[in-house]
Amino acid sequence: MADTQIAGDNAKTMSIIVTKGTLDWAYPPFILATTAAAMGVDVTMFFTFYGLTLLKKKLDLQISPLGNPAMQMPMMGMHMSMPNVLAMLPGVGAGATAMMKNMIKKKGVASIEELREAAIESDVKIIACQMTMDLFEYKTEDMMDNLTLGGAATYMERALKSNINLYI
Amino acid sequence: MADITLDAKGLNCPLPILRAKKTLRDVPTGGTLEVLATDPGSVADFEAFCRTTGNQLVETSANSGVYRFLIKHVA
Repeated sequence: MADTQIAGDNAKTMSIIVTKGTLDWAYPPFILATTAAAMGVDVTMFFTFYGLTLLKKKLDLQISPLGNPAMQMPMMGMHMSMPNVLAMLPGVGAGATAMMKNMIKKKGVASIEELREAAIESDVKIIACQMTMDLFEYKTEDMMDNLTLGGAATYMERALKSNINLYI
Repeated sequence: MADITLDAKGLNCPLPILRAKKTLRDVPTGGTLEVLATDPGSVADFEAFCRTTGNQLVETSANSGVYRFLIKHVA
């Protein structure tokens, strides 16, 4: 709250539409939101479609090498992407997720839980798309506190006043 | 001597900045915060952070893989 006071009415504003809910894609919006907030920017995040997964109370984010040729992981002393015919086998996605989480820890990269907590702490406004909640039959009690429900108009009002609008 | 020292060694982007911002709250205005980091990206990031927030980057140095930033709490 002290930050909001420092930022005052002249604070720059940013909005981010978050549409993806895999472990890898969860990073860009949360890193930018938390860093912007730390730099005095008033941030709004609008979570829609698969992005809504990131607002569940209990996060269990996954990553998949299937159909992801750019995902090259260090293997056997080099960097390799996985052929789809292997990536589709049971357990491969879970294995890749475990490997990624392991690397995240080893390299001192924040967990998504940690970044989400930092976003809340620094007063990032979090809006969950009401339509997606209905569409996917998500229950409010399964979602984190500190969120507001809203729709496209809620987002637009914020976006029209923002200096930066991102779609991730 | 800085008022507070923040050890951000081993942390990767954006954690050194986030921790520094949080710690700055405990530094009195006019006081200084010393940040130690190993993330090479933090050099450009702390410069940008200070320029944007109006805090003053008094000193930057590097010694055997550890970067040291001395930030004066202005804003």
